[in-house]
Amino acid sequence: MTTNQISVEAGSVHYKARSLRRFLLLLAMAGALFLSFAIDLATGPANYPLSDVIATLLDPWSATDQLRVVIWDIRMPVALMALTVGAALSTAGAQMQTILANPLASPFTLGISAAAGFGAALALVLGVALLPAFVDFIIPLNAFIMAMGTALIIHFFSRLRGVTVETIVLLGIALVFTFNALLALLQYLASEQALAAVVFWTMGSLVKATWTKVAVTAVAVVIAIPLFTRQAWALTALRLGDAKAESFGVNVQGLRLRTMLIVSLLAAIPVSFVGTIGFIGLVGPHIARMLVGEDQRFFLPASILCGALILSATSVLSKLLIPGAILPIGVITALVGVPFFFSLIFASRRKSW
Amino acid sequence: MVTLRLEDIGTRYGKVQVVSGVTTPTIQPGTVTAVIGPNAAGKSSLFRRVAGLAQGGGVVDLGSHSPDRNTICYMPQDTGSTAVLSVYESVILAAKQGSSLRVRAEELARIDEILAALRIGDLAGRNLGELSGGQRQLVAIAQTLVRDPKILLMDEPTSALDLHRQMEVLSFMRDVAKGQNIIVLIAIHDLNHALQYCDQAMAIRDGRMVAFGPCSDVIDSDLLRDVYQVDGHVELNSLGHPHIVLRGPSDETNSRHNTAVGHNDLADTALAAQ
Repeated sequence: MTTNQISVEAGSVHYKARSLRRFLLLLAMAGALFLSFAIDLATGPANYPLSDVIATLLDPWSATDQLRVVIWDIRMPVALMALTVGAALSTAGAQMQTILANPLASPFTLGISAAAGFGAALALVLGVALLPAFVDFIIPLNAFIMAMGTALIIHFFSRLRGVTVETIVLLGIALVFTFNALLALLQYLASEQALAAVVFWTMGSLVKATWTKVAVTAVAVVIAIPLFTRQAWALTALRLGDAKAESFGVNVQGLRLRTMLIVSLLAAIPVSFVGTIGFIGLVGPHIARMLVGEDQRFFLPASILCGALILSATSVLSKLLIPGAILPIGVITALVGVPFFFSLIFASRRKSW
Repeated sequence: MVTLRLEDIGTRYGKVQVVSGVTTPTIQPGTVTAVIGPNAAGKSSLFRRVAGLAQGGGVVDLGSHSPDRNTICYMPQDTGSTAVLSVYESVILAAKQGSSLRVRAEELARIDEILAALRIGDLAGRNLGELSGGQRQLVAIAQTLVRDPKILLMDEPTSALDLHRQMEVLSFMRDVAKGQNIIVLIAIHDLNHALQYCDQAMAIRDGRMVAFGPCSDVIDSDLLRDVYQVDGHVELNSLGHPHIVLRGPSDETNSRHNTAVGHNDLADTALAAQ
């Protein structure tokens, strides 16, 4: 009985300690994110001391006009775009990996980003609107419709009998090649001006961020978070397998479809504004998983923070690597992020998928 | 207090009818029923239909009990998982479906209690991927018990366990059934264990119920021959418990044809049991 008593305590005590540790980790990540955000604002053609930047953030009217304009009007949309795009892509990847039970799933690897890029190029090159009613928003709408269509194709394909995790990834790769080929065809047909715009897409860049783009991306993330949070237990249960989740009372098919719809929104919108940034959606969730496990109550915020932090830090790097020039962020994320990711994989002793 | 009676229950996957016409007498709380039959007889499909996880006709009659999402709990066969979750988290997960994100202290205490009762308290902090097959089965049982079911449908809960653990788990489930006055149905292959730990047995073959009644009535040489195609008989051992003596696979060349007679005999047994 005494030994039993000891083990009785161990379970919940261990759990509480682990939960507290994870909560503190999330706080630390949020702190790091704020720091990275402030450094992002301080860095540029003119560098400002961090203390001035934070003072300007907290009380804009205490700063000089020049500082206020640079921080709030010029750099702020770009820095916020990095946060929201990183958060959106990482969340999208996290939930794709969850519902498809596949560590390779991400908006990029499954062809959703490529489809969105092709949709945007349709608008840029040919002026084709997939939804003619809203011509003002032709680019993001085209991107979104293509991305959602692709997400649905993957979803329904994954439901077919005999379809395995591997075949879904193969389908995704096939879709990437198909849309890239179609994109190349459009580039071939494009005028010089349209071609430049299409190339901008494929590189991924934050410099054309505007407050409107930031707002639309933020709205997507803000809509998605409570929807996913409400399903936190059910989404976590999916990782135990469909049969187990069903036996817990989870409507597996419905949850998968709803999640895929939100994910396509989260994947499509950033791509339509900043182009293809492939690394975040795959790796953000993996880092989050290594840090806090897969309980969605921790995994979801950790994925959001990881994605935002990676892209924010990359935004800083893209300005620092070659002084005076801003490198395309899609290039930096992969070049700098991959070694970092590998070091994490080898450092982590626990199995992380 | 919940009772369970199945009336003309069937299970259908698309257009394929895999279980049909299962009708039982009223199963009382506090009892353990062994659901026996060869592989692919339809035991899992019957369970899934009763738990509301599969389509099909018929009525699941719970007496005067008004069901909620945890009234009937189905414990599927173990499939393993790559999830980065601890044992403790996976049990919380089962308890918290459909409720708030906050885990209350009394919920934690209940999980501690169940893990201790199953003697897997020391596994609480381990990741699911680090468990053996047997340990996973015990965790699955904890995930089911934590939901406080009134009717528990367990799909081969002892298949990955060693002999000691099998007996421990079955005896534990019998105590749970009696102690909490709930109905437990266990799909099980070991007929000796069914005889020893279960109050009654339901025999399934080819998607149909062929017998229902006290274990000693259902499990006999006819059942061994007709349902399992083995020759053998049941006798009392030195402890006075019924146990099966097997001679080997039945040498009847066309068992399907020959079982027609046995099928009727077993149906009679089912009727007599009612």
